Amino acid sequence: MPTIGNAQLRLLEKLCNACSVSGDEGEVRRIVLEELKGHAGDVRVDSLGNVLVTRTGSGPTTSLRAGKKRLKVMVSAHMDEVGLMLVADDGDGLFRFEIVGGIDLRQLPGKAVLVGKDHLPGVIGACPIHLTTAEERKKIIPLDTLRIDIGPGGGKAKLGDRATFATRFQRNGPVIIAKALDDRLGVVVLLELVKNAPPNIDLLAAFTVQEEIGLRGAKVAAYAFNPDLAVVVDATPANDLPSWDGEDNNSYNTKLGLGPTIYIADSVTFSDPRLVRHISEAARTENIPFQFRQPGSGGTDAGAIHKARAGIPSVSVSVPHRYSHTAASIARLDDWKNTLALLHAALRGLTPELLTPDRA
Amino acid sequence: MTDITPFLKELLTAPGLSGYEDPAAEIISAKWKPLVHEISRGRLGSLHGLQPGVGKSPRPSVLVAAHMDAIGLMITGCTDGFLRLTQVGGVDPRVLPGTLVTVYATGAGGRQPIPGVVVQPQSHLLPPDIGTGPVPLEYLFMDTGLPARSVADLVQVGDVVSYAQPPVELSGETISGHTLDNRASVAALTVCLEELQFRPHVWDVWAAATTQEEIGMIGVTGSTFELHPTIAIAVDVTFAKGPGANNWQTSPLGKGPTLCMGPNIHPALHKAMNDLADKLEIPYGLEYSPRHTGTDGAAMQVVAEGIPTLVVGIPLRYMHTPVEVVAIKDIQRAGRLLAEFIAGLTADFVEKITWDD
Amino acid sequence: MKQLIQKLTETFSPSGYESAICEVIRKEIKPLADKIHVDALGNLIAREGSKSRSGLKIMLAGHMDEIGLMATHIDGNGFIRFTGLGGIRLAALTGGRVRFMNGTPGVISSDRLTDLTKVPTLEQCFIDVGATSKEDCPVRVGDVCAFERPFLDLGNRMIAKSMDDRIGCAVMIEALRALKTSPHELYFVFTTQEEVGLRGATTSAFGVDPDLGLSVDVTGTGDTPKGSKMEVSLGKGPAIKVKDGGMLADPRIVDWMIRTAEKAKIPYQREVLEGGTTDARAIQMARAGVPAGCLSVPTRYVHHPSEMVDTADVENSVKLLVALLRAPVNL
Repeated sequence: MPTIGNAQLRLLEKLCNACSVSGDEGEVRRIVLEELKGHAGDVRVDSLGNVLVTRTGSGPTTSLRAGKKRLKVMVSAHMDEVGLMLVADDGDGLFRFEIVGGIDLRQLPGKAVLVGKDHLPGVIGACPIHLTTAEERKKIIPLDTLRIDIGPGGGKAKLGDRATFATRFQRNGPVIIAKALDDRLGVVVLLELVKNAPPNIDLLAAFTVQEEIGLRGAKVAAYAFNPDLAVVVDATPANDLPSWDGEDNNSYNTKLGLGPTIYIADSVTFSDPRLVRHISEAARTENIPFQFRQPGSGGTDAGAIHKARAGIPSVSVSVPHRYSHTAASIARLDDWKNTLALLHAALRGLTPELLTPDRA
Repeated sequence: MTDITPFLKELLTAPGLSGYEDPAAEIISAKWKPLVHEISRGRLGSLHGLQPGVGKSPRPSVLVAAHMDAIGLMITGCTDGFLRLTQVGGVDPRVLPGTLVTVYATGAGGRQPIPGVVVQPQSHLLPPDIGTGPVPLEYLFMDTGLPARSVADLVQVGDVVSYAQPPVELSGETISGHTLDNRASVAALTVCLEELQFRPHVWDVWAAATTQEEIGMIGVTGSTFELHPTIAIAVDVTFAKGPGANNWQTSPLGKGPTLCMGPNIHPALHKAMNDLADKLEIPYGLEYSPRHTGTDGAAMQVVAEGIPTLVVGIPLRYMHTPVEVVAIKDIQRAGRLLAEFIAGLTADFVEKITWDD
Repeated sequence: MKQLIQKLTETFSPSGYESAICEVIRKEIKPLADKIHVDALGNLIAREGSKSRSGLKIMLAGHMDEIGLMATHIDGNGFIRFTGLGGIRLAALTGGRVRFMNGTPGVISSDRLTDLTKVPTLEQCFIDVGATSKEDCPVRVGDVCAFERPFLDLGNRMIAKSMDDRIGCAVMIEALRALKTSPHELYFVFTTQEEVGLRGATTSAFGVDPDLGLSVDVTGTGDTPKGSKMEVSLGKGPAIKVKDGGMLADPRIVDWMIRTAEKAKIPYQREVLEGGTTDARAIQMARAGVPAGCLSVPTRYVHHPSEMVDTADVENSVKLLVALLRAPVNL
């Protein structure tokens, strides 16, 4: 049975401290490939850099499509994080940069960053307050005035290098503070599922790339795998802070501490209702706390997967975390543990009969 | 290397709006016929030409795509003989007033081109809040000068309108015309096919002049699915430095094609082409694309199981205006670099591409 | 046919939750089609006929889903906050009535506005189902509803909610009923999730893999006071789409549709729509590409709870679709 213990925490630390901006996922890919050694025979890297793993089950064969095969279940987590790309050299160690993926501009000034494969340290500064006016301070600092400063005479950074926030992973009792919890939390869960794959299914694990810039890795991975159904493991925002006026916060998305989040609908996918029912029933049976994500905004790799080929029933299950896409995200250990427990229980309980009635 | 300018000029005088590419396809097809083994049209009208390789079957294949469609306008209606317009592709209405255009009418007079001008009504005929500011497309008209009744008979809703600016050679071996986006790349692809005629190459080469890129990379998606290449290369124009465009997204005009890098491009392919350009001393620039490139390459990379992709850029000034400018040398360099790259592909090239981790 | 249109438009099935309308349509077409199945995204696919030597595999697409709302939060007093499914017209919300899939009716209102000239945002609106607390509220987070208005027959015109695109579905059903023979292998696909991004058409087109695709959907008109400047009007016949906000119809298909209409003496209009698109865009992008077009039913007030069509336009749309499908296609 998979579990979250010290080994998994060390792995999460290594993954969160690694730098893998969308399109440049090499460092996390290396860690994932290393972790998979000895656990799965069929591992390959495709033309976009996705890591695709097949673990054939060993249980009895029944099939929802004629031909005696087990249910082919794709489970995915994305390896990439949002970050920056150096695009112009101003000289003197100062670089103009662009944002890769969605980052609120207000999260950038005054941060330490790591640049390139060698994790060269740099900073994104801001004008000293003494030299600003009250009028100026009412406006956002525009992107084209921000620079990454690696120090004068630095010279080792080059255009095209990616950069990430420099936050180091921390664990404090039940709390984890790190960058890139979206989706390193999911990557560890998926690795544990591969290592403990239940025998009743053929598990097709996809460690995808370029989720943050358009679900591009998942699109081709789903086409290649052509599964019977898909489950996406991501990390989703918990916007559960108090409102300025004391009113109820009606748009919290999810809440920290209430357990793994099952998606009903986001802005790009309607989860297959049969899968939503199956997973929530598994949670109730196994006494695992869970919550439903507020419908409406955001998206996961399921957005690309469910539209692949002739359509793939899909659902997302995510770990709630605060301050997504910023220098420091926060999550609770229990939510993460329960996500892994819930997914394993749900996969164990899958049978082809689940998909025989029409989608409703 | 033969002079590509006459072919380019012929192509620049033909219309070929997105969805209506036949006039351009005919000219390109005639030019490619002697250069390729077989020519066909894809299901959405893209032109496919095959130069087979000499390697042992089954051979890997490279698909090089340059979109042949152009932006333009379309008739949405007629008010008192003045034709109302909508855009086909991204048109900045501020470059339109006073522009000479041609409507390809399909009404009672049969199919015929009718010349006219895009005109801006006088201020008192426009909503008061426009004043002397820029006039949105919905208030501009095409005026043919013909009487209202003739216009209503001859021109129909849905007829396409293209710019009528003829190509002009400027100094410094540059050329200006209205559909250099992306006919410049079609010319570069043609140069590549010419060079490859006499070079044995292991891989099959598919040249595709694709359709409807300006609407959303529509033609190339079908072509890539149909031809299922081993690697994909998109050739498209990119932003050249010039008045009003000087930031990190722009490259110098006349200093060579650009090699794009970022998530849309396979890093090993980029490195191979980059090293080759250095070796051959072909000047080039580097282009950084933090997300996808917004070219046919963005679509090609994610077709089916995914295809390792390259994007080569030809710097161009004043994109999407009737007076775009490119340097002929950049076209020739791009064509030559593509040909050398393709000729150098070994049978086991793809196995040797690894993720450089 | 009006009874069918009433039945279809008075069914509640917003995007993603089309099972109710799927059942209604399935019952209508069961005696008419060779084979019917529902695919992974809930698309209802009916196959009719087989391909003769002069025939093609043709896919028709009319979407079953309608715009609607989904509950995102139930507050302590039983008021329901929501998000939109598809293109919601904010100005048409307040004062409207809705019905949830479980039958619960409700009314939409908004937070008190200090500026009554402004339209409330989605976040400022809520649905009141008459509950008094979260516990006695019959609606839960994730439940969906559609707008409620009864069908009205004005004789030469008809008014209902979800004419977009139940009218297209009705045209397809009646065409299937009226079609005696065809050289083609026909797929009548009643698609899902069109309003949220053509999702059902994307996957069903891949599955069907047609030679040619035609969507049957609504288009706007330019014939209302100070309305958009569009040449399409009610009562002048079905519209043959040349271009919309998302796609260019294949010119060969436009020509084929026009020639067919002229030969069969069916009135028609040429359509350029500036905003919005249809399932045809998704069909066009399937696999190696599919030449695609669209037969449009002119409709006033699209995406408002009272959409209006012209009865003769609808009948002529059926006639045109039958004329297109019963003969070989010469593109």
